[in-house]
Amino acid sequence: MNKVIHQEQLFQLILAHFKETIREPGVIFWGIIFPILMSLGLGIAFTKKADVVRNVAVIEHTFIIQASNPSSSRIETFLNNYSTKIEPIGDEGICYRFTVKDEKLGNTTFFFRKTSWQKAMVLLKRGNLSVVIDEKNSQIEYHFDPLNPDAQLTYLKLSKIMERSEVLPAERNENIEPLTVSGTRYIDFLIPGLIAMGIMMSCLWGMSYGIIEKRTKKLLRRMVATPMKKSHFLIALMVVRIIMNFIESALLFIFAYFVFDITIQGNIPALFAIFLAGNIAFAGIAIFISSHTANTEIGNGLINAVVLPMMVLSGIFFSYHNFPDWSIPYIQKLPLTLLADGIRSVFIEGAGYAEISFATFLLTAIGILFFSSGLKIFKWH
Amino acid sequence: MNLLDMVTTDARPVIEVQGVYKSFKTVQAVKGVDMRIAKGQFVALLGPNGAGKTTLVEMIEGIQKPDRGEIFIMGKKWKGNEDELHRVIGLSLQETRFIDKLTVWETLRLFASFYQRDQKRVSEIIEIVGLEEKRKSYVVNLSGGQRQRLALGIALLNNPKILLLDEPTTGLDPNARREIWSILLTLKQQAQTSLILTTHYMEEAEQLCEYIIIIDKGKILKEGTVTQLLNEDQGEKIIEFVLEDTHQVQDNRHINFPFQIHWDAKNEKGSIAFTQVESELPQFLNFIKEQKLRIKNLECRRKTLDDLFTSMTGRRLHE
Repeated sequence: MNKVIHQEQLFQLILAHFKETIREPGVIFWGIIFPILMSLGLGIAFTKKADVVRNVAVIEHTFIIQASNPSSSRIETFLNNYSTKIEPIGDEGICYRFTVKDEKLGNTTFFFRKTSWQKAMVLLKRGNLSVVIDEKNSQIEYHFDPLNPDAQLTYLKLSKIMERSEVLPAERNENIEPLTVSGTRYIDFLIPGLIAMGIMMSCLWGMSYGIIEKRTKKLLRRMVATPMKKSHFLIALMVVRIIMNFIESALLFIFAYFVFDITIQGNIPALFAIFLAGNIAFAGIAIFISSHTANTEIGNGLINAVVLPMMVLSGIFFSYHNFPDWSIPYIQKLPLTLLADGIRSVFIEGAGYAEISFATFLLTAIGILFFSSGLKIFKWH
Repeated sequence: MNLLDMVTTDARPVIEVQGVYKSFKTVQAVKGVDMRIAKGQFVALLGPNGAGKTTLVEMIEGIQKPDRGEIFIMGKKWKGNEDELHRVIGLSLQETRFIDKLTVWETLRLFASFYQRDQKRVSEIIEIVGLEEKRKSYVVNLSGGQRQRLALGIALLNNPKILLLDEPTTGLDPNARREIWSILLTLKQQAQTSLILTTHYMEEAEQLCEYIIIIDKGKILKEGTVTQLLNEDQGEKIIEFVLEDTHQVQDNRHINFPFQIHWDAKNEKGSIAFTQVESELPQFLNFIKEQKLRIKNLECRRKTLDDLFTSMTGRRLHE
């Protein structure tokens, strides 16, 4: 009898919270449409290769060149014979354009701007260009920051063109074989990350913010002045959040399936396991964050303090392997990293239970730890 | 004399508060309060804002713990009896906001499930608080009065033996206030529920409650039935007057009125308490005539709880 009563209570709490959630129009936009738009934007931006533009400054030695024989300058010869001259606009110097066609790597367009050394340095500092070329004794000198990978790439491509005796307007790249195996594209990397991020965002913003708001409205205080079981209230919030996250993730996946041909290569029940563990982890964290404050602005700050570092570190948009080596083991233990890597491994590496068991266990443990300590210090009044 | 002493049957009080103190960081909110409330009794805690009414009620509700003193509800302490006591108490907090996007019916249904009440009870409550036409409206779209009626409805869901209402009509217009009063008066006739109501409206206390506790600065100033409280002053009458030229009044402040006057500077109104209005009023009028003052308005009325409060504290209930 008692059990039936409690089930009715829990059912009503879940129902009420579910209605409350889906009746908020923002939920549909931020939970469903926004992640889809983001995947669409990023997916297109990183899958279709546009022409890459590289700006180079050419130092003008008006005096010397006029005095000696201008045709002996290799740079001048290249610019005059192979590039298109663009008439200067305003006080900008003369500019030349040279495009290397490349079907496999994408086209590269070089803009050569004739300018003084001082002017070139200003443009370099502003980030308008990354390489400055000059010529001394028929030798081309390249000036650039060796720590800037973009400048290095410009140098490599440019030197290849300039050092060759014959200038080819198109690269053949016969030895490059583009990978078309599914799971190796950027979008394959991105979608699992977006799903993981969606779970984190929706737990923290949806649950924490909701709890803090109910405390501010004195609704929590009113509810615990009844025989309601406190744990039922929190369980109802978690259940609704997991259902919503499932719907949101499923819609994002369906979208990616049809638009980008994303597939799940690994074990689907394993995917459910890591998904559920991720939800438990972030729901626990959400309850912990919102256990005390009655101020939505403090709540905002707390949520951001948790969300922002993980967004940057956890390799959602770009791999975290670019961070310093010593930091990688720590980054890999962050809940969002665990979840994103776990989902990604099932999606694109074909992982099963064995590969995700550690992450699933750790995420569940994190969730239980934060939930139980949050419940201990939870302020209902 | 406590009203309880007159009740012979069911002698054990429903609520008993013994020497309760409560302090917050900077204020001592409640400073030694004793109270006993009998079954079916309607009691008003009347006092201005910040008098400690809410703190006292929240301690009875079990939301706050007293620093010192004891509170017994149906003879039981809160500690260890939370679930049982929550089932016999109905309450409305000062300004609770419910879930915006739930309907009236859904909100009541949710709270009913906490008390194991079914949909039939929800329908009954909707009828009692007169929200039939609003049952499918979202809470966010209700007027202030409708929201308070919903809060009252939630408080009544479990047929509470004890009803604790914290300022149920503050901020409502007179019509909305009367609607709440009529619901509570119906409940009073059934004589099954004891009520503690906090208010700073003396009309509300007088209309609804047979026993009134006047509270200020965390202490009980005076308590009793309305008649007991007002008759102690032997049927005093209050006259209030406004003079034609207010500057004259300001200029003539140094003139010694032969009466004790309470000046309401904001409304430029003077008031005097007369025990023998028939003989004292002509004296007052003569004095006005001698001073060559002109009266713009003159009213004579019975003494109210507000006047009683003013005579004890020098402030008015609404200040």
